[in-house]
Amino acid sequence: MSGSLATVSYIGATILFILCLGGLSNQETSRRGNLYGMIGMAIAVVATVFGPQVTAAGLPWIIGAMAVGGAIGVYLARTVQMTQMPELVAFMHSMVGLAAMLVGFASYIDPAVGDSLGHAEKLIHEVEIYLGVLIGAVTLSGSVIAFGKLSGKIGGKPVLLPGRHLMNLAGLLIVIYFGREFLNAPTIAAGMTPMIVMTVIALLFGVHMVMAIGGADMPVVVSMLNSYSGWAAAATGFMLNNDLLIVTGALVGSSGAILSYIMCQAMNRQFLSVIAGGFGGDSAKPKAVAGASTEPVGEVTPILAAETAELLREAKNVVIVPGYGMAVAQAQHTVFEITKVLREKGVNVRFGIHPVAGRMPGHMNVLLAEAKVPYDIVFEMDELNDDFPTTDVAIIIGANDIVNPAAQEDPSSPIAGMPVLEVWKAKTSVVMKRSMASGYAGVDNPLFYKDNNRMLFGDAKKMLDEVLIALKS
Amino acid sequence: MPLTIGVPREVFAGEKRVATVPDVVEKLIKLGFKVAIESGAGEGANFSDDVYRAAGGEIVEGAATLWASSDIVFKVRGPNSDEVGLLREGGTLLSFIWPAQNPELLQQLAAKKATVLAIDSLPRTLSRAQKMDALTSQAGVAGYRAVIEAANAFGRFFNGQITAAGKVPPAKVFIAGAGVAGLSAIGTAANLGAIVRANDTRAEVADQVVSLGGEFVKVDYEEEGSGGGGYAKVMSEGFQKAQRDMYAKQAKEVDIIITTALIPGKPAPKLITAEMVKSMKPGSVIVDMAAEQGGNCELTEPGQAVVKHGVTIIGYTDLVSRLARQSSTLYATNLFRLAEELCKTKDGVIDVNMEDDAIRGLTVVKEGNISWPPPKPAAPPPAAAKPAAVAAAPAAKKGHGHGGSSEPMAGNKLAVIFGVAAVLFWLVGAHAPAAFLGHFTVFVLACFVGYMVVWNVKPALHTPLMSVTNAISSIIAIGALVQIAPPLVGSVPRPEEWIRWLAIGGIVLATINMFGGFAVTQRMLAMFRK
Repeated sequence: MSGSLATVSYIGATILFILCLGGLSNQETSRRGNLYGMIGMAIAVVATVFGPQVTAAGLPWIIGAMAVGGAIGVYLARTVQMTQMPELVAFMHSMVGLAAMLVGFASYIDPAVGDSLGHAEKLIHEVEIYLGVLIGAVTLSGSVIAFGKLSGKIGGKPVLLPGRHLMNLAGLLIVIYFGREFLNAPTIAAGMTPMIVMTVIALLFGVHMVMAIGGADMPVVVSMLNSYSGWAAAATGFMLNNDLLIVTGALVGSSGAILSYIMCQAMNRQFLSVIAGGFGGDSAKPKAVAGASTEPVGEVTPILAAETAELLREAKNVVIVPGYGMAVAQAQHTVFEITKVLREKGVNVRFGIHPVAGRMPGHMNVLLAEAKVPYDIVFEMDELNDDFPTTDVAIIIGANDIVNPAAQEDPSSPIAGMPVLEVWKAKTSVVMKRSMASGYAGVDNPLFYKDNNRMLFGDAKKMLDEVLIALKS
Repeated sequence: MPLTIGVPREVFAGEKRVATVPDVVEKLIKLGFKVAIESGAGEGANFSDDVYRAAGGEIVEGAATLWASSDIVFKVRGPNSDEVGLLREGGTLLSFIWPAQNPELLQQLAAKKATVLAIDSLPRTLSRAQKMDALTSQAGVAGYRAVIEAANAFGRFFNGQITAAGKVPPAKVFIAGAGVAGLSAIGTAANLGAIVRANDTRAEVADQVVSLGGEFVKVDYEEEGSGGGGYAKVMSEGFQKAQRDMYAKQAKEVDIIITTALIPGKPAPKLITAEMVKSMKPGSVIVDMAAEQGGNCELTEPGQAVVKHGVTIIGYTDLVSRLARQSSTLYATNLFRLAEELCKTKDGVIDVNMEDDAIRGLTVVKEGNISWPPPKPAAPPPAAAKPAAVAAAPAAKKGHGHGGSSEPMAGNKLAVIFGVAAVLFWLVGAHAPAAFLGHFTVFVLACFVGYMVVWNVKPALHTPLMSVTNAISSIIAIGALVQIAPPLVGSVPRPEEWIRWLAIGGIVLATINMFGGFAVTQRMLAMFRK
């Protein structure tokens, strides 16, 4: 295959990738979009393997490596639980990060590339390598930690080291200093030391950054790492003078950036303050200081599963608001069973999804889809919020901060101004929760103390099962 | 200087209502007004002059005196030309006007430099305005009375009974049009024990029908009939045919038909043909509440109750007036609420505030200038919230694009961003070699394409989006592929083994991602279903 033919194939692949992302704009076209993506990827790989830059000597290696990787990938995709999607995605980001690092190193130690370039081009090439490895390393370690946090292997609470901003700044300065050293290094061997120092620092930075971010901010982190993995690919593209990599990397990078932005909007938080870590920054406990006055007071009214079923049976309009608790309890199937029973009785059941419900963007939608909930009864927050006054029962399953009225009522609350689902406007709201503990934001929820709110304590799955049995009897 | 509210006796033949009642007189006085009532004004509604006097009103003999002494006149029916003549120059009038049907009346009132608030022109979609909605309060009374009239003419019980003397089947009532009057009739008939069915061209009222104990009968045809301001609109030919079939079927089955179908500014639609009347059981009753606008039934004689083909057809146009005490009380309260809105200072002086949506809509003549029709109120809220309409209307538009991209950024913020971008581009342009710029162009454009495309992704699909972008970012495999065994150009010694293993590592990792990402996306997307 000639060089031109390979280039043309790359253009084709690029278009297919864009169509792929475009296809995701709604559920009907999304499957085709994914197919476009696969075709694009196949074209890109085939065009490269049979293109001018790969000789036949490499074929056995390539086939072997791809067979191994492909098998692992398909195995993971088949076996993953839908509730574990965030972990899988984080894991995959780390793969891209590591791959970017490896390619960067390989590119650096390959003298054939460097020698063919002029001085300025060589400089740029080395900057690209340096940056590529840097981004790759941050993506790798950040994703590994995110994976650990999401799968519960590492505690979800933010770990805030003293003077962490200074540490980050120092890290940055060291990286810049070694970057200079790296560019001035006369030989490849001499450049290796700064390169490795930088890699270590970048890895530490990735760890530190994600460790400092609390569980509720995970959607931002996951989409941010998504973005990084794209930039890593783009940097690799610059390094290797490959436009396809640049385009694809930029697509992925901007997609992740937009998702992070949307998530931040949904939490009414600045992107920087999320990245800087910790909820509420250094003054992590403003509430404890500022106010016993804002502390919600009153009685919580518990309710039994059977009574909940009774409420549901008499309702005409029901809105279900799922949160991370539903994912943890694996309760989505029971939720759908209940939905089915109610819908057969002519009850109008809808689902209200907050953009940051769960641990990654769109997490709840995927879980509900897995449980076969038809997507036309699943609504976004903005679509549903006006309907709460006419809703008879709002059921909140394992969600807390996203239904917290303090966001609207209490300007001193750390989550003030965050858009929330206005469940308290429903005639009755039922909150399913294991205990009275506060959500990830560490904010007490005045909803629990409202007169029209009932608390159904217990494991969401177990309680919902009981509700279902009571409904069917 | 407190203003005087005058309440004349209604002069329209058969009109028994009165525009204010003693209870309301008291409240109006508390607002700071003086209230004058024409002697005998409340007679039809069983309110004697004495009761008005006891409530603090002043009784005035003769219409001419009353009109002359009143700054504000409260009336039920729109004034006839004599009454317009009596209206004080620059006075204020609150009553039903129907400006669309009575343009000459508007002209006459304007010539008098009057300020006229037409209670029928209230913007009904405003929830704040509901307390002043006289159309609703009067229609509710009419709906109730229609059922009572039907019961009166119908020779059987409404409710089913099993007695020693045998079994009585419940009456079947069909109500055409589930507006306020229709809903009131549904509730009343259901409370009397009848089986109630109802139909309306506006699908969203089905829930209300059911909530009052009725059964909603669908027309077997897809079309949404919600027009402006809570009224129905004229439907298409195909729909009307399907509707006729449905009515014909109902006519054969039911004992009582109550029709309430009105379209503003148009003759009432003929829903019940002579044919259908013939097909009804002898002794059946039709109450045609649209008789004044020509009637929903072909055989209706406005103002009369007639028996045709064994079916009693009631075309009374004064149903509300037949329950004068009730309707007067409700109407008086509506006017009182309006007076409250006009007189927020509670000092007996009114302020016709044209900035207020409700008052703007009501005011048809302002100090001699015709201000009708008002600027279009907002279109009726889309029925997307209602379950019935969700199925019909593709809700896809909503939630698309996220709004974020469409809101323009603040000008100065944008300027800063452009400035920074310009400096960066200048730096790049000044220092980078040409080869790099080519890639850089591609990079920047790709960022923009990504930006445009991704904003259109539905929030529900964000997880698949992430996993697919993940899969795509495994394009980095290409980087590793080209390193594994490139065609060698120079003779420089190359650390073959190192590079190969690094590249193989890269390929393995990237392919895990590639296959895993696409496969899991496929799996997820397959789950999304309607």
